[in-house]
Amino acid sequence: MKILKYTALLFLSIVLFSCSSDDASEIPADETTGLHKIQEIANDTHTIELFSSTGSLVQGYNHVSLRIKDKKTNTYITDAEISWTPLMHMAMMQHSCPRSEVGKVDKKTIFEGDIIFQMAQNETEYWELSISYKINGAIYTASDKINVPASAKRTVSSFKGSDGNNYVIAYIAPSSPKVALNDMTVGIYKMKDMMTFPFVDNLRVKIDPRMPSMGNHGSPNNTDLMQRDVYGPYMGTLSLTMTGYWKINLQVLNASHEVLKGEAVTTDNPSSSLYFEIEF
Amino acid sequence: MMKNLTALFLAVFSTICWAQEKANDSLETIKLNEIIVIGNKPSLHLKQSKSLTSVEEYLSKSSKVNMIKRGSYAWEPIINNMATERTVITIDGMRIFGACTDKMDPITSYVEVSNLAEATIASGQQASCHGAGIGGSVDLKRNPFSDKNTGWNGSLNSGFESNNLQKIIGASLGYNDSHFYTHIDFMHRDADNYKAGGNKEVRFSQFTKYNISASVGYFINQQKLLEASAIYDKANNIGYPALPMDVSLAEAKIVSLSYKYLPKSNFVTNWETKLYFNSITHKMDDTKRPSVPIHMDMPGWSDTYGYYSRMKGKFEKHSFLADLNGFYNKSIAEMTMHPSDPNENLMFMYTWPDVRTLYNGLSLEDNIKISENDHLRIGANLGFQNNTIANDFGLASLRIFYPEMDASKNRFLKSFAANYTKKNNIFEFGFGLAYAERAPSVSEGYGFYLYNSSDFYDYIGNPNLKNENAFEGNFSTGYKTSQLTAKITGSYFYFSNYIIGKIDPNTLPMTIGASGVKRYEAIDNAKILNTDFNLTYDFLENWQFKSQLTYSTGKDNDGNNLPFISPIKYSAGIDFKKENFNAGISVLGNLAQNEFAKTYGQTKTPDYLIFGLNAGYAFHWNQNILKLQTGVENILDRYYTTYADWNKIPRMGRNIFINLTFNFH
Repeated sequence: MKILKYTALLFLSIVLFSCSSDDASEIPADETTGLHKIQEIANDTHTIELFSSTGSLVQGYNHVSLRIKDKKTNTYITDAEISWTPLMHMAMMQHSCPRSEVGKVDKKTIFEGDIIFQMAQNETEYWELSISYKINGAIYTASDKINVPASAKRTVSSFKGSDGNNYVIAYIAPSSPKVALNDMTVGIYKMKDMMTFPFVDNLRVKIDPRMPSMGNHGSPNNTDLMQRDVYGPYMGTLSLTMTGYWKINLQVLNASHEVLKGEAVTTDNPSSSLYFEIEF
Repeated sequence: MMKNLTALFLAVFSTICWAQEKANDSLETIKLNEIIVIGNKPSLHLKQSKSLTSVEEYLSKSSKVNMIKRGSYAWEPIINNMATERTVITIDGMRIFGACTDKMDPITSYVEVSNLAEATIASGQQASCHGAGIGGSVDLKRNPFSDKNTGWNGSLNSGFESNNLQKIIGASLGYNDSHFYTHIDFMHRDADNYKAGGNKEVRFSQFTKYNISASVGYFINQQKLLEASAIYDKANNIGYPALPMDVSLAEAKIVSLSYKYLPKSNFVTNWETKLYFNSITHKMDDTKRPSVPIHMDMPGWSDTYGYYSRMKGKFEKHSFLADLNGFYNKSIAEMTMHPSDPNENLMFMYTWPDVRTLYNGLSLEDNIKISENDHLRIGANLGFQNNTIANDFGLASLRIFYPEMDASKNRFLKSFAANYTKKNNIFEFGFGLAYAERAPSVSEGYGFYLYNSSDFYDYIGNPNLKNENAFEGNFSTGYKTSQLTAKITGSYFYFSNYIIGKIDPNTLPMTIGASGVKRYEAIDNAKILNTDFNLTYDFLENWQFKSQLTYSTGKDNDGNNLPFISPIKYSAGIDFKKENFNAGISVLGNLAQNEFAKTYGQTKTPDYLIFGLNAGYAFHWNQNILKLQTGVENILDRYYTTYADWNKIPRMGRNIFINLTFNFH
């Protein structure tokens, strides 16, 4: 009798707790490994969870992952059309910032996109993120205040070009710079209006990384940043010869090689007015 | 004008001396090496005028050796006007490499005169069994305690020099018996800043060091000897007035185990096998300098594991040597800079990116006695070398300049030499031809922003350099009687793929204040010619006159002068030795260096002439010797600098020295 009970218990536990390796119909366990939660934005029907590799948003470039949980079923949505609008509430007006579309990359429940906050919040001014999504034909919205503190080092810059347009330039990669020839990626957006910041094509970025604490010396074999595809970011090579604090001086040129913003570094001019900073 | 006349006078005077016949120690004409005796061997004590001088001073007595000086410590020996990247310097056959990217620690600085018996200097390929080099080699041989008489022996040494208040103290103790021997010695040196002529103090030229060495040998039987030895050398607070930084620590640990076998064979006469390990730590320090643009820590480490197995034998007219040797070296050096804002991250890079060198080679040599008067030496050296950058950070740094470079590179190094000598009772004549290759040094191949404070450029290594090679032609002529020995030698080197730094106009420097960046490149060809004349003349029973004259030239492929080539150098001296007393007077000088390397950043060096006096007396009783030596160097307190002084720092002014050594048995 006892043996039977224990055998049954054992049999039951084996059946209940066995792992199945391949369940195409089941929602995968947790696709957020490596990501840290920033916050949740909820409405009556869904909870949207925001993630990034660091767990917080910051002024500058952010790669954001999100997933939408159905409150009733407690499962994550695998199919949705999502768009988002970050909005900064300032004293006199409101404006948005450069952002990409939101879409699935290689995961089932995770949707990803980029947001570039060109300025940080302060005591009176703050950012809000509104997400609008369509699941099975029904449209939903959710929004909440988000935290966008200032970045420790300068990674984004807004400027007015010599052509009269307003631009935003943001440092995208390398997030972990090394002493090596690094692949560098930068995003350049034009401010069409308060809400629209499309990618700008056909520009060229000259980079001149320097170490101001060490005689403002530079590094060899940097290459200009150029676009690979239309509507894409600008990529090139960033050469870093040692660890420490570097100021990456920038000059943005248009298709006719006219300088839109930034100055060359010379013995009389140690820094460009347009630059990024890294410290590693 | 006066200096030229003096030089001419000395040269002429030394060639026209004649004297009566007198029994003389013969120069071994078969050996092409030059042997400089260092040790404190009782039987040779009267031949050194200043027995407690540094190892480098001893080496500079050779006409083939000059010294590049960056301070009053650790001079870099250059053989045939070629520096350490082109020569092979060993301690008892052991390869050993400095740990400083700025060459502040040539390995001669890691040994003491108390460790050594003699230095064998070979010019060019005349003794190539320790490695692949072009200019020549120096083997610093340790004292062979195995051939002392049985019983206890020892010594006490003390010395003092007035110019930099250098205090030297040392002691040694040994015991020999028929089955084993043991020996330990210790030496300590401490000096303040030295003064150049006219009492001008050269700041940051102080040094302190101590050296302990020990050996133990066990005679397995009459023919077999097992020996273990160790040297520990540590120097602190060493000033390098010619450089922007000093050294807080230069430490060497050198250990070896060897097995010597003297077989009773008609074929093999000597077989020695040795395993060794040495580890060098070198830390540069700028905290004592009054103002530095940015504070830097620059430590370096060099570890070498090696072996050799050397067999000597005889077969009819042939005396041959076969030497299988190899080493594995790890060289790593860092630079950490401290920004003035303490909250800012440190700036770090590898200046030697963890370079591993593995070398295995075979050296073969045959000395053929064609007849009583004719002798031929042929030699060959074959070696395989692999260099690998073992550290990813270091490899990524160099890939900034060479994106396609591999972490690893193999080289095949070869050299061949043939020397013919002919002698009769009074004349000796020889000539030789050789071809040799060498691999680039760690700095030349893999250096990353190495600042050269003499030409103000940052140097970047080049891992794609081909082996440098040279054809060498040499000759010698000698005249020897019982009283007079005169010898002229000359070597001519024609290089291909000569490795030298060339300005890279497209790269900005890193070091604050540097003029730019030079990359090591190989130029098509270069030529170096060295000739020297040596004369000794014994007269009136107790007197000896010695003189030496050297002339060198070096040119690159465009006909520009190469850097660090000696101008005409001359020296002469008269020594008196009678029983226990010796005395001498000497003069040494250089003509102005007008053939300086303008394209490589050198400037003209004026001529100079300095005089010295020495005297010594030895007291003997039983088997003990108490030796007193004293003298004055640079009597006239002349302020001078030479072509080999980095950044033209001046050399020592008047210096009075006294050495007292006691050897007991």
